Amino acid sequence: MAWTRKILRIDLTSGTCTAEALNMAWAADYLGQRGLATKYLSEEVDPTCDALGPDNKLIMTTGPLTGTMASTGGRYSVVTKSPLTGLVACSNSGGFIGAEMKNAGWDMIIFEGKSPEPVYLYVENDTAELRSAAGLWGKSVWETDELLHKTHQDPLLRVACIGRSAEQGCLYAAVVNDLHRAAGRSGVGTVMASKNLKAVAIRGTKGVGNVKDPKGFMDAVRAGKQVLADNAVTGQGLPTYGTQVLMNVINGIGAMPTRNMREVQFDGAHKISGEAMHEPRKSDGKPNLTTNAGCFGCTIACGRISTVDRGHFSVENKPEYWGNSGGLEYEAAWALGSDTGVDDLDAITYVNFVCNEDGIDPISFGATVAAAMELFEEGAITTADTGGIDLSFNRADTLVKLAELTAKGEGFGKDIGLGSKRLCEKYGRPELSMTVKSQEFPAYDPRGIQGMGLAYATSNRGACHLRGYTVASEVLGIPVKTDPLATEGKAELVKAFQDATAAVDSSGLCVFTTFAWSMENIAPQVDAACEGDWSVDKMLEVGERIWNLERDFNMRAGMTADQDTLPKRLLKDAANVGPAKGRVNDLDKMLPEYYALRGWTADGQITPETRARFGL
Amino acid sequence: MRVRLELYASLMGYLPAGANRHATECELPDGSTAHELLDRFGVPRDKAHLVLRNGVFLHAPERDAPLLVDGDVIAVWPPVAGG
Repeated sequence: MAWTRKILRIDLTSGTCTAEALNMAWAADYLGQRGLATKYLSEEVDPTCDALGPDNKLIMTTGPLTGTMASTGGRYSVVTKSPLTGLVACSNSGGFIGAEMKNAGWDMIIFEGKSPEPVYLYVENDTAELRSAAGLWGKSVWETDELLHKTHQDPLLRVACIGRSAEQGCLYAAVVNDLHRAAGRSGVGTVMASKNLKAVAIRGTKGVGNVKDPKGFMDAVRAGKQVLADNAVTGQGLPTYGTQVLMNVINGIGAMPTRNMREVQFDGAHKISGEAMHEPRKSDGKPNLTTNAGCFGCTIACGRISTVDRGHFSVENKPEYWGNSGGLEYEAAWALGSDTGVDDLDAITYVNFVCNEDGIDPISFGATVAAAMELFEEGAITTADTGGIDLSFNRADTLVKLAELTAKGEGFGKDIGLGSKRLCEKYGRPELSMTVKSQEFPAYDPRGIQGMGLAYATSNRGACHLRGYTVASEVLGIPVKTDPLATEGKAELVKAFQDATAAVDSSGLCVFTTFAWSMENIAPQVDAACEGDWSVDKMLEVGERIWNLERDFNMRAGMTADQDTLPKRLLKDAANVGPAKGRVNDLDKMLPEYYALRGWTADGQITPETRARFGL
Repeated sequence: MRVRLELYASLMGYLPAGANRHATECELPDGSTAHELLDRFGVPRDKAHLVLRNGVFLHAPERDAPLLVDGDVIAVWPPVAGG
């Protein structure tokens, strides 16, 4: 079965913690994690509710393979309605807390209502209780983690919590677990703060033993691990260079969004790349990268553990930042670096530390700083607005200062915490916001990677690379190489990636396995663990059902199909250099075909036939 | 003709001593192929997964075609991915 069949429901208004049975009919249709929690959200929450009001719910959810011996089986997600986008939010994280939740005997924790005072949830196997967080409110993620470990005197306690940015209303605040891992996107941490919920601390010792076919599961898992080990990407590339190996690749093909996506190549890319993280510093001879790191059960270990040069201005006289901490992933390095024009590896590593320390999504933060820099350059923002800070592009000191202010919700950091769309609207230049459905772009310019334009425009959580990562095919040749500048066939490619990813995100596994695994490797692991028939076709059907359910939630929340678009800059202003020179994103050539493939109307509505096919 | 070779990730070890971070330049006869350039520096062809000529991906047959011209930049990666 792999599911524990148990949900923990927390009524924050009344302060009660109640166990209930998992809806297994829904599990059969939605598998777990992203899909199953979205089903609960869709059934229990009015999509038109105020995302930061008590009627919204926050769901922490595992997949059936979370906590098992499957490689990368440590994933969990936070599902809620997003305050950034007003749409469904599902943010996925690794680390260890997902497996801990499962080992404590829970598939899912549903938080509803709002606590009258700050609280945290303490779970030790079957015992669950809300405790006062009076001494934690106002503390950073790192301080909260340390205080909870001291309080409970248990070094194996796993903590997920919010930092000060969430408390101060930053609309893209994350829920950080295990100090350096985050359910990062769409402001799920802001929702948690709105409920006066500071942290979730879990200790689980039960194990995850209820697997349908133990021998079959071990065989499938062993075969899968061998594939990961033998694959050059998952066996060598990701452990050695992490996701940051992409910095030079994406820059090389001319799809590196630079200075608020005005340009498509960054001349400082080589200074902040995965390779640069290996280079010895002149000051102490040590590289930025100390070691790689893995989440629970992971045999890839793409995580980065880094240090900042102690002599760097960002950490001068701040010994608390001199040690090893969570280092740069590609998305963070891009947003903090290329998109702001900052090529100072130590500065962006420090800012990444601050993002972890106070629970800030570094993608949305960096992209919002980039928008602020362009507003400043255009004269829409002046030093009178910023408290004297010079917001010119390329300034590492500005980036550092804005991170510190946003972390604490102080000064101009309050404006940065609005996100790019609201910031640009506030200062009268909405066209300078590089967002889809109010969420900031990740690190691939859709003028140079055409399919990603369609993936962004149709993503159910706003601009996002992890809802349909066609970069794998269009740039990296996984599973097959397609032309990044072509539009033909991209509708089908995007849909295939979206559906498969939704299924993987509902399993408890990491989507990075799909650089080596196909669904032919994943389905047998799910099938051996879970009751029911989990063939490749069933997995893809479940993925497509989840996609339609998310779309349905968004439509009921008030989203319209005309929001399936991109900023005018990407549709009208051609790339100025590189292979994509002269190109815009040709979304209009892909979107109609995509709607048709989805079984939607020409104006993006889910048809009754499609609803019936998926039981919506 | 003069071309620039850029090697990334685990292929950086094939750069000659004194190369500038990722890049080196060399003289090649007119009509040379990308594979011949890789051979010049001992880069195993089977490790050259992504081969870009001026940012554009070269498919396998194109790597044996006499495409290179003066001023070309050939950038090469082993299998990599991220996200």
